[in-house]
Amino acid sequence: MAELSVNHLLGIKYLNKKDITLILETADNFKEVINRSIKKVPTLRDVTIANVFFENSTRTKLSFELAEKRLSADVVNFSAGGSSVKKGETLIDTVNNILSMKVDMVVLRHPNPGAGIFLSKHVKASIINAGDGAHEHPTQALLDSYSIREKLGDVGGKKVLIVGDILHSRVALSNIFALKLQGAEVKVCGPRTLIPKHIESLGVSVETDLQKALQWCDVANMLRVQNERMDISYFPSTREYTQQFGVNKKILDNLDKEIVIMHPGPINRGVEITSEVADSDRSIILHQVENGVAVRMAVLYLLASKIN
Amino acid sequence: MGQKVLLTSKEINIILHRLACQLLENHLDFKDTALIGIQPRGVFLAERLANLLKTDYGVKDIDLGFLDITFFRDDFGRGEILRANMTKMDFLVEDRKVVFIDDVLYTGRSIRAALTAIQSFGRPRGIELLTLIDRRFSRHLPIQPNYRGRQVDAIGDEKVKVMWEANDGEDMVYLISK
Repeated sequence: MAELSVNHLLGIKYLNKKDITLILETADNFKEVINRSIKKVPTLRDVTIANVFFENSTRTKLSFELAEKRLSADVVNFSAGGSSVKKGETLIDTVNNILSMKVDMVVLRHPNPGAGIFLSKHVKASIINAGDGAHEHPTQALLDSYSIREKLGDVGGKKVLIVGDILHSRVALSNIFALKLQGAEVKVCGPRTLIPKHIESLGVSVETDLQKALQWCDVANMLRVQNERMDISYFPSTREYTQQFGVNKKILDNLDKEIVIMHPGPINRGVEITSEVADSDRSIILHQVENGVAVRMAVLYLLASKIN
Repeated sequence: MGQKVLLTSKEINIILHRLACQLLENHLDFKDTALIGIQPRGVFLAERLANLLKTDYGVKDIDLGFLDITFFRDDFGRGEILRANMTKMDFLVEDRKVVFIDDVLYTGRSIRAALTAIQSFGRPRGIELLTLIDRRFSRHLPIQPNYRGRQVDAIGDEKVKVMWEANDGEDMVYLISK
């Protein structure tokens, strides 16, 4: 009756509009649950989930772990740092070893794009992509859509601007897919060097003038410059980046409307966004974090129901 | 597929008044009591009873809540997945008398789930169960109603369908056989 069309969450690209609606509506129920005095439900008490993280994470890992625990799943955590990966074990071997301990679902973060897709073809478990390199970060896009829907009532018809390092951002790609599926208009803004060629083919428009772009949008999603993924220099200096693409209170005050500010975190305060803006009423950054738990509970619940 | 009328609109109306009176007898002014409709179908009955108590029996305030049990069911992953509904409880049930209200009592598993779910909202002093239709002989668990509208002997593959004016356009209870 209410089922996802997929057995894994590998990317928004593989979902349809109905799937997204189902996830967001189920998240409404879980949002109510996590605001109770007792925030836990027994639904996944016979499901075991492994959080396998080959890359650093604060929010996503915590958020998944909380979501799992609030659904009463058994949780094991794995991070590549202190593991046998260092001894040369392959991804498939690592995960198969974890699965032989009767694990039903794997939440995977990996620096290589497509790691989740690859794994889903080779192991028997439901895979949830928690970020694969610069490819996709589907739960982030879902929680962003949820937060926009919560704040503005609907995603369809809204004008969403994504600002910053689009080239290295999995958040940007997943958001573009999710927003377009739901009928939003999407524009990206950033230095030309950080906007992928042919991005217009995804149905988004490009603007390099931040002021113009902000004037156009209802929501601005500010991305972090991902220095760790940059092998060459994409802009002259951080100072110059901030001058051209950083959002501060003055810029927002100059607009003739109020816009919603989002950020997937971690924030480089004073670079892409000033503290004053990040902590203002316009910002829904902390709502995004809260909604992340509800959305991840919905994803886990809906995928776990498909495990035989 | 055959369909038989179990209760007509008139009969339902009489039963609702009787149930309201029985609740009144035990709960008087409802100050210490919370009525809780079990989502999704128990909500209509709970709303009707709460309204009736206010309009016809002079009860001033009644705490009415809706409890969704989807995440507390014991058949997760064993059959089709059901859409959850909203839980709406604007009050705590700590040390209060709670009346669960559902349209049909069948296996008792929904009520078992509700007994667990309610714990998220406090520790009630006591819990009672009110049901419009009590399907005898089909219980999986030792659960019985305190207030029942009508007891029905329905066999396994028969279905009891309760319709409400507010949602379905008429008050009616049907017994549907395959």
